[in-house]
Amino acid sequence: MFHSIMGLYHFQFIQNALLSGIFIAVACAVVGYFLIGGGYTFAGHALPNIGFAGAAGAVLLGIKPVYGLFAMTILAGAAMSAGGREVRERDVSIGVVMSFALGLGLMFLSLYGGYGERVYSILFGTVLGITRNNVIFTGFMGLGAVCLVLFLFRPLLFVMFDPIAAEAKGVPVGLLTMVFLVVVAVTVSLAVQVVGALLVFTMLVGPGATASRLTHRPCRAILLAALLGVAYMFAGITLAGLSGDWPVSFFIATISFLVYMPVRIFFRGKAGRAPVSCRDIQGHMQRCFLNSREECKKRAAQC
Amino acid sequence: MSLEPVSQRTQPVFLRNVRFGFGGRVIQDEMTFTIEDGEFVAVLGPNGAGKTTLLKLLLGLIRCEAGEVMVFGRKPRRGNSGIGYAPQFRTLDANFAVRARDLVGFGLDGHRFGPGFPSRKRRKLIDEVLEEVHATEYAEASVGELSGGERQRLSLAQVLIANPGLVLLDEPLTNLDIAGAQEIITLVSRLCASRKVAVMLVTHDINPLLPHVDRVLYLANGRCAIGPPQTVITRETLSVLYNHPVEVVEAMGKKFVLGVET
Ligand SMILES: Nc1ncnc2c1ncn2[C@@H]1O[C@H](COP(=O)(O)OP(=O)(O)OP(=O)(O)O)[C@@H](O)[C@H]1O
Ligand SMILES: [Mg+2]
Repeated sequence: MFHSIMGLYHFQFIQNALLSGIFIAVACAVVGYFLIGGGYTFAGHALPNIGFAGAAGAVLLGIKPVYGLFAMTILAGAAMSAGGREVRERDVSIGVVMSFALGLGLMFLSLYGGYGERVYSILFGTVLGITRNNVIFTGFMGLGAVCLVLFLFRPLLFVMFDPIAAEAKGVPVGLLTMVFLVVVAVTVSLAVQVVGALLVFTMLVGPGATASRLTHRPCRAILLAALLGVAYMFAGITLAGLSGDWPVSFFIATISFLVYMPVRIFFRGKAGRAPVSCRDIQGHMQRCFLNSREECKKRAAQC
Repeated sequence: MSLEPVSQRTQPVFLRNVRFGFGGRVIQDEMTFTIEDGEFVAVLGPNGAGKTTLLKLLLGLIRCEAGEVMVFGRKPRRGNSGIGYAPQFRTLDANFAVRARDLVGFGLDGHRFGPGFPSRKRRKLIDEVLEEVHATEYAEASVGELSGGERQRLSLAQVLIANPGLVLLDEPLTNLDIAGAQEIITLVSRLCASRKVAVMLVTHDINPLLPHVDRVLYLANGRCAIGPPQTVITRETLSVLYNHPVEVVEAMGKKFVLGVET
């Protein structure tokens, strides 16, 4: 068993898959933490689907599907930043745009008529067909995305978490949201090529959601999410390589689910403290007492 | 240039004949008042009177349609570091991994670029301000799981940490129990006295504030009145403001406005 796993890592295509998988996992986890915080998870679901439509359109036009993928997700990401502040309002408009894009994608596919193999690879990913050049490109773009997010770290956290106060502080909320969603679009496009449009969401949201349950510190949550993402990716690719022809995305999604469930059940987001401790009640009573005493003194002084 | 002495215009807030509204609908007209350093002003008025909009005007988030607005002698502008603002509504996501301490930290350097490395000085500043609003107990807790009152305190801490000269608090007393409200009020009035900070505090209940505020700004019906509570919260002033007979009853040192919603 151990030897067959080690033997697996000797193959060039497995090495390529692992390398680009790591870059993608880190970028997805970092971006995903902010997506969850800002209530943009639905955008993380919609962008890959929109990307699929872009890829199908590109095939129809006779250009590389990757170009269509990048163009459509980036365009849609930028447009989504204008979708409104309210999560619900925003989700409705994102949903409408996404279903339109999906419809277009299907239309392109049927117009193309031929065997849509290149498009199916967008849906399911081609994790075991990655070249060295792909790895370099993914690494470059993924690191770029992570660096940009780190540079924007504080204002982005502020905007995603507390947009009204951020706006009053002079943070360019609209611009920052747009830049962020374009970074998300690029990350999604990179990930689609490896894990497929249907399961990008797993890599975007799974590690971040699990990490956010385990720690409340932003930096730790992001680090943990990146670690989890890399672990899922590593395990997924290894298992897929061992099993032969099962899709990587299946393994990644299953692992992500199997980790999230127990965390969700056992850590109800209360890592910080119990809902109400005895100390809280004591403190509260003390404060009430002190206040009423001060109040009495003041009244007495006035009289 | 106007003939007024310069000192007249460097006050924290200076408004003259100001009109503001949305898309042709006038919300306030002919608004004229100034607020001095260290003054504690309560802003009162029914729902929709324009209290929040007035604060947004001072923050430079909206523009006035007529008149002149000055904040510390300058036109309102976004990101004015002299103003601290605690918004009325906040959507804080329970799923987001951010601690109380991080929320307060936003007020210090949330607008700065770069990752922001932790430092002892930053930590100390945050600890001090958390202590000041009595929020030390839940400094490490996730913000999503705090109660409404606990969040109000953090809001105030987020404002105070930037050491502003003008503090705009939009209904900071909602969700607080009586003791909690009293505590915030005491804190704010101490702030006015010791740090010479001008405060505009929006509220629907003037009573707990009566012993502390210098003046009351009462907005209603597209108009406003400003002055000490004993001259503004009276039958005469409010009846004129509402254009409708209003009764003010005093009992147990408290004022109750009857005949309208406040
Ligand atoms: N962005 C906006 N576009 C159009 N109208 C608005 C907008 N914001 C506020 N208004 C309108 O302006 C009026 C004043 O609103 P504002 O929020 O200032 O009221 P308020 O005095 O703060 O009320 P409350 O006590 O309910 O907080 C309301 O009638 C509201 O409908
Ligand atoms: Mg309001």
